[in-house]
Amino acid sequence: MTTVTTPLEKQRTGAAAGPRPRRRPAAGRRRAPGRPSAAWALPGLVFFALFAVVPMGLAVYLSFTSWDGLTSPTPVGFDNWTRLFGDPEFLQAARLSALLTVISWLFQTPVALLLGVWAAGRQRNRAVLSAVFFLPLLLSTTAISVLFHALLDPNFGVVKEIGPWFGIDPNILGSSTGALLTIAFVGGWQFMPFHTLIYQGGMRQIPQVLYQAAAIDGAGPVRQFFSITLPQLRNTITTSSVLMVVGSLTYFDTVLIMTKGGPGTDTTIVPYLMYRAGFQSYDLGYASAVATALVVVATGLSLLMVRFSGFGAMRSTREGM
Amino acid sequence: MRSERVRGRSRAVRWTAAIAAAAMTAVLAGCGSGSGGDSAGGSGTLTAYVYGDDAVKVQQAAVDTFNKTSDVKVELVSVPGAEYVNKLRTAMGSPNAPDIFFNWGGGSIKPYVDAGQLVDLTSAFESDPVLKDGFLSPVVTAGSLDGKIYGVPMRGMQPVMLFYNKTLFAEHGLQPPKTWEDLTKAVTAFKEKEITPFALGGTDAWTQLMWLEYLLDRVGGADVFRRIQNGDSSAWGDPAVLEAATMVKQLIDDGAFGRNFTSVSYANGGAPALFAQGRAAMHLMGSWEYSTQLGKAPEFAKNDLGWTAFPTVPGGRGDAGNVVGNPTNYWSVNARTKHKDAAVAFLKQMASPEYTKALVDNGDIPTTADAGDTLASSPNPAFAEFQYRMVQQAPDFTLSWDQALEADKATPMLTEINKLFAGTSSPEQFTEALKALT
Repeated sequence: MTTVTTPLEKQRTGAAAGPRPRRRPAAGRRRAPGRPSAAWALPGLVFFALFAVVPMGLAVYLSFTSWDGLTSPTPVGFDNWTRLFGDPEFLQAARLSALLTVISWLFQTPVALLLGVWAAGRQRNRAVLSAVFFLPLLLSTTAISVLFHALLDPNFGVVKEIGPWFGIDPNILGSSTGALLTIAFVGGWQFMPFHTLIYQGGMRQIPQVLYQAAAIDGAGPVRQFFSITLPQLRNTITTSSVLMVVGSLTYFDTVLIMTKGGPGTDTTIVPYLMYRAGFQSYDLGYASAVATALVVVATGLSLLMVRFSGFGAMRSTREGM
Repeated sequence: MRSERVRGRSRAVRWTAAIAAAAMTAVLAGCGSGSGGDSAGGSGTLTAYVYGDDAVKVQQAAVDTFNKTSDVKVELVSVPGAEYVNKLRTAMGSPNAPDIFFNWGGGSIKPYVDAGQLVDLTSAFESDPVLKDGFLSPVVTAGSLDGKIYGVPMRGMQPVMLFYNKTLFAEHGLQPPKTWEDLTKAVTAFKEKEITPFALGGTDAWTQLMWLEYLLDRVGGADVFRRIQNGDSSAWGDPAVLEAATMVKQLIDDGAFGRNFTSVSYANGGAPALFAQGRAAMHLMGSWEYSTQLGKAPEFAKNDLGWTAFPTVPGGRGDAGNVVGNPTNYWSVNARTKHKDAAVAFLKQMASPEYTKALVDNGDIPTTADAGDTLASSPNPAFAEFQYRMVQQAPDFTLSWDQALEADKATPMLTEINKLFAGTSSPEQFTEALKALT
């Protein structure tokens, strides 16, 4: 072996000794810095187009037709839409959906925020407990709904034994208020861990120096929470709230399994109404109108929340550091 | 530098195009293989969708027998009960439709008939004595539409009847109710002993529907609903409907169903368990309640379970012998099938003595003309005999309303019934809402 090895070859063969040469990429590979090519987004875009944009477009089209799922859709103009806005059931469903969203937000946000802030500490017991808290999110919604339905059975469930101690009538799922609150509770129980995780992550991004400075200035834990933690978490709150609102608006499985929209129509929220119109009445045109309305409202609400919370301005939470 | 960047970009464009092409090919290939699916002609297979419950084994046996001698094989697809209607509907709208499928006759097949998707079996029945004389003719008629036969009966009768706890009735010195007066007396008596008079799984609207079906029949006769079924929604305005709804309201207010029936489910076994444990004295339910109890509470089914017809209502126009429920289930044939003759040959088996016997052994009461002779081999001959006579002698057998009406009317109707039972609408609001269903 008398051939002279260049440094580059040495590096390739892994036999390099001495200082490594600066790596020079092949000329063709070089890109403008900081701007990956559009091809990177392509797989995502293709799937988004196929499984979201195309079906959404179809739903909008179907909302202008009458379709029973067997024969061809027949165009009916704005019939489904005029019916939608005059349908007392839809208006009630919209009211219930709004109510469910507000209750869910009020219930989940404070608990998830406090839990997340608490869990952001790096102590071992917190890590273990966080893992335990996270478990509900790993269960399927169906399993959770079946479980709670069994617990809340008025004759055979735990609620029959425990309810009376607290003066609770075991007929929870059979009463209008009880059924809606249960749905909000079960949803919260399942998704709070996720929001806790988001808040935990947000909390860990806050620089410790802020707290150290505040402590020197004599601020206690409560003052620190309101003056540092909450303002620093405002974008996290927006993210979590948008997810929560959209999640509550599209809530469905729990209703289907636990109450079937009842008692009466007292838990018939918009997605359940859409299911009933589409897959029980086979009135797919009207169901598409309901679905389209839901998409518009959910998108509108998310955009509004992002806009009014200043999230869209992309201001850094770390400014002023 | 500049030229490099341009080259980079054109490479990106080429990649983009390549990936897009690959993705589209994959997707299109997927669609293609899907539409060429299992109903393809050359394969010599008939796909049959059936409602997946305990009785499927009877149909599976029939399929196995048929496949032994036939060139065209039948493949049975058992669809879980709760999913059945949706899956069938979706499949029938797609190229992957079954060749033969289970249904309830009446409104449950009307959309398929309207779309021209079903084979008219009338001539097959008329030309073939096995089919023509094989079944009780009212049952065949009940599965027909506009005088044309679209279904071959394939399962047991499912009349709704009043089940009661013999032991509880004996303990309290009561007789099973024959009249409405007996019934209200029994309600009062059981309430005093803190026993719920009637088990009711109120989360499921169809359990509540049974009460209205019988009350309307007893009060106004079978004609009122027949008019509704034939498309006259103003018949919901018949005074008998209001009276039936008012009687329901009275029962609810009297606590005949207990205080928490709106959160009791039938599907998860809540209502049958209440009944089996003696915490409810009676249960208005389809004849399958017998096999349900036999499976879940065999001791109760053997020792305590009694059954009787729905009581008479004073001043009512309906015949006391009238029955509501599902006459039976039917097989229908998809008009797009490539093996129509093989399908009809398979359906003929449903009239065979072997098939009838298999149904009887399973605890079902077949709707074949000779079923009366086979009932002795039933697991419970007394129950089988009672049920068979009840249906055979019924002047009228009203198909369950939610199966008799098309889905676009049945679904809102069930919702209105749920509201009536939940107390969120009054009997007057109930009838007004139903009249508005056009």
